[in-house]
Amino acid sequence: MKEQDMVRMANQIAAYFASYPARTGEQEVHNHITSFWEPRMRSHLRDYILQGGKGLHPLVVAAMAERNESVSLSRS
Amino acid sequence: MTSPHCGTPALIRETDHGTPAKPGGAPVSLTIDGRQVTVPTGTSVMRAASEAGIDIPRLCATDSLNPFGSCRLCLVEIQGRRGTPASCTTPVAEGMQVCTQNPRLAKLRKGVMELYISDHPLDCLTCPANGNCELQTMAGTVGLRDVRYGFDGENHLRQEKDTSNPYFTFDPSKCIVCSRCVRACEDIQGTFALTIQGRGFDSKVSPGAAQSFMDSDCVSCGACVQACPTATLSENSIIEHGQPEHSVITTCAYCGVGCSFKAEMQGETVVRMVPYKDGGANEGHSCVKGRFAFGYATHSDRITTPMIRDKISDPWTPVSWETAIGFAAERFKAIQARYGKDAIGGITSSRCTNEEVYVVQKAIRAAFGTNNVDTCARVCHSPTGYGLSKTFGTSAGTQDFRSVEQADVVMVIGANPTDGHPVFASRLKKRLRAGARLIVVDPRRIDLVRSPHIKADYHLQLQPGANVALVNALAHVIVSEGLENRAFIAERCDEADFAYWLEFIRDPRHAPEAVESLTGIPAADLRGAARLYATGGNAAIYYGLGVTEHSQGSTMVIGMANLAMLTGNIGREGVGINPLRGQNNVQGSCDMGSFPHEFPGYRHVSDDTVRALFEVVWGTALSAEPGLRIPNMFDAALAGTYRGLYVQGEDIAQSDPNTQHVTSALESLDCLVVQDLFLNETAAFAHVFLPGTSFLEKDGTFTNAERRINRVRPVMASKTGKAEWQVTCELATAMGYPMHYDSAADIMDEIARVTPTFRGVSFDLLDRKGSVQWPCNDAAPDGTPTMHIGGFVRGKGRFMITEFVPSDERTSRFFPLILTTGRILSQYNVGAQTRRTDNVAWHPEDILEIHPHDAEQRGIQDGEMVSLASRMGATTLRACLSDRMPQGVVYTTFHHPVTGANVVTTDHSDWATNCPEYKRTAVQVTRSNQASDWQVQKQDADSERRRIAPPAAE
Repeated sequence: MKEQDMVRMANQIAAYFASYPARTGEQEVHNHITSFWEPRMRSHLRDYILQGGKGLHPLVVAAMAERNESVSLSRS
Repeated sequence: MTSPHCGTPALIRETDHGTPAKPGGAPVSLTIDGRQVTVPTGTSVMRAASEAGIDIPRLCATDSLNPFGSCRLCLVEIQGRRGTPASCTTPVAEGMQVCTQNPRLAKLRKGVMELYISDHPLDCLTCPANGNCELQTMAGTVGLRDVRYGFDGENHLRQEKDTSNPYFTFDPSKCIVCSRCVRACEDIQGTFALTIQGRGFDSKVSPGAAQSFMDSDCVSCGACVQACPTATLSENSIIEHGQPEHSVITTCAYCGVGCSFKAEMQGETVVRMVPYKDGGANEGHSCVKGRFAFGYATHSDRITTPMIRDKISDPWTPVSWETAIGFAAERFKAIQARYGKDAIGGITSSRCTNEEVYVVQKAIRAAFGTNNVDTCARVCHSPTGYGLSKTFGTSAGTQDFRSVEQADVVMVIGANPTDGHPVFASRLKKRLRAGARLIVVDPRRIDLVRSPHIKADYHLQLQPGANVALVNALAHVIVSEGLENRAFIAERCDEADFAYWLEFIRDPRHAPEAVESLTGIPAADLRGAARLYATGGNAAIYYGLGVTEHSQGSTMVIGMANLAMLTGNIGREGVGINPLRGQNNVQGSCDMGSFPHEFPGYRHVSDDTVRALFEVVWGTALSAEPGLRIPNMFDAALAGTYRGLYVQGEDIAQSDPNTQHVTSALESLDCLVVQDLFLNETAAFAHVFLPGTSFLEKDGTFTNAERRINRVRPVMASKTGKAEWQVTCELATAMGYPMHYDSAADIMDEIARVTPTFRGVSFDLLDRKGSVQWPCNDAAPDGTPTMHIGGFVRGKGRFMITEFVPSDERTSRFFPLILTTGRILSQYNVGAQTRRTDNVAWHPEDILEIHPHDAEQRGIQDGEMVSLASRMGATTLRACLSDRMPQGVVYTTFHHPVTGANVVTTDHSDWATNCPEYKRTAVQVTRSNQASDWQVQKQDADSERRRIAPPAAE
């Protein structure tokens, strides 16, 4: 996937959950990406963040940086 | 309700009680011909007699229409009343004593029949209605033996036939002016295309003002043909073939309404499709597609032999099933050996049965060993699944179609039911004519906004892309004016979520006045609509792809769910959130586990307990990782990590957005397997073609938009020699995972075992009950017409925040207009089926609708060819000037591959589901009389890629 498309998709998710309190927003973005993004897409995103994550919404960076991969389904 | 449709096939003749049932009334007892009868109050004497087994002769009465009392054949005597009242228009009364047969009545009836026959051609032996003519039957019933008047006087015997409609013929010479056709057009279809022209002897059925059927407003639904008691309106197929000898109840393969039909047969030839009165979705009504457009199933374009080729530039070679399946399996295995398990995957079809879809997703998860399976719902209603499951707990609509009869206010958002879901639209229009109020939210002035006897209270003509701003403004009005249903919210919804949402929605930035410049809707109209929705009684929302196919599609679904919870319009009849699903089995294909992150029954693949259940039943380890969604598959293909794809009955090269992106992805694959009826656009890029079966050959089930599981029954043997699920099983087996079922019923039994909402479903149950709506299990053995009664499936309803985020797709100086795409009544989806029928008479090409002012600025005249260009690509098509469009917005359909409307659409998609943003593309329109570069290239490649090698000389 082109980086600009990946960044746009990730930022769209963040834009939705940005309305929630920061901790909830981070958790929801994390859950959403781990629930719906295929592993190749997730590792692409992680690599991109490690390279500086240019253009990414801060919520995406926070959501993907701190947590491990486990998916919490408690609020699905 | 039982359905007489299994066992030995015979011609099903549904009982006609003459006038409609009047259920629910207090019981009334009367005596008819000495027999004691008890019926609900309001029932006609005719129906009461019929239910007691007494047939009163009649011509103008039929139980799908309100009584009219014109033919004077159903006269009866009632003790204590003068004269001979018509039994169809006389309601029963307590203690009434009715006589239906005596010498006086017989003489009167004979006299009436004699007059009818004195002006009716006596060519019964060569008449198309021979064997099924009510006039003939009544002449026999009353014992007519002589017509004294002769044919010398003035008569109607040599009137010209109207053969303008490709599917039926109007022969006015045979008309008895019973008005059944006119009433069917008005009461059932709601189009008001027919009228009785003239008076007295000159009375004549006329489409429009003395127009032909094709030139009139007629939508060719077939209701008039079905209602006609003579050969005045006859299906051309009946004229050609004669009367059917047996019938099979099955389900239409077009839109998500899922109408039940009687396929009326002569051997393996379909003579006609007649809507079935006991069909839960349609209750005896149909549209032009289901009723008439079935000829594609036997069209000469159908490919019935498997074919393979090494490269897509090679001609196709017809081969045996074994060779084709072996070739596909070897290629897939080779790709996986080199690039890993996840380098292949598949796409299931919403035009295939639940059983076929279930088997494909199982083959991909279990035999391919990957969750790279997706379905075309990705590109239409995936936001519905996401939004409704997050807020309510179920990925489906909340009502049955009949629910609309209880609605007081109907809000139609981003849907065009009279074109897209016509049989539901007829139900809706009937309710609107009876007084329900209507709010239409759509950039186009769709027919529903203003049509005979219907006028929307509000047409909120919003800018494409402003949906969420609009729904927030509606909620803001309701909250700020204190119109919310506090009791419902307190009892049924999560308190903390509601409190957080309330704070969000109260903010003045959501006020109609504040968003007027975004939505383009006058604040007063928006306020009026919000008040009507909140206070008008039972309020129901019906919506379509104008909601979902946006970058904020899921947010909008959530916004509508919020509205329903806010006003307590959920959990009973007449209310709810109702997605109008696009394809016949789009609900079913989602239910069957076609999404890359979910097993059947919407359970996430990472849930260990659920996965363990499937691992036991399927006998193999399964991946816990979500797979690629369709747009992700294309991206991964272009990146070189995804190299093999199995496509079941979908035409992604035509239906998916940004065609050039899709086709370059398809071109890059090492192995593309297409299973379809025709060499479609996608097959141009395929290495293996596995011929598919039409719905007339399938045995299985479809699930419609109201969660109704309907049986699909084969009326002819498979043209390919195999059922589609058999082919999938053989492919899985060749991949090293043995898969076998004895029958489609066998597959449904496995579905019921692994899916809690389907636990009680079996072919046996469906054959007994006709249909059932899921959830169908121990808690709801008869199914569930209305969801969320007494509580939400997820527990407490969840209000969610819906901040408006503008689309990234913006207009500019170079692309100043917004294109929105959709469909039209006579064509269906990519047109693969309908283009191969006479439906092309109505819509032979895709048309660009443009506002006269926008056209004027560009020097475009009505009917001229124009170039439609976006940042993605361009195509050339014909323009039609239409003030249905607002200025700045243009519209076209995607039914014809020659136009390829998706060359123009973009990669932008819904934030949650990647559902493409078909409804908003920035474009420019200019005069042009030449095909676009893409069209020229496609035309050249088409002939190259569809070549089939001649059989090798022995």
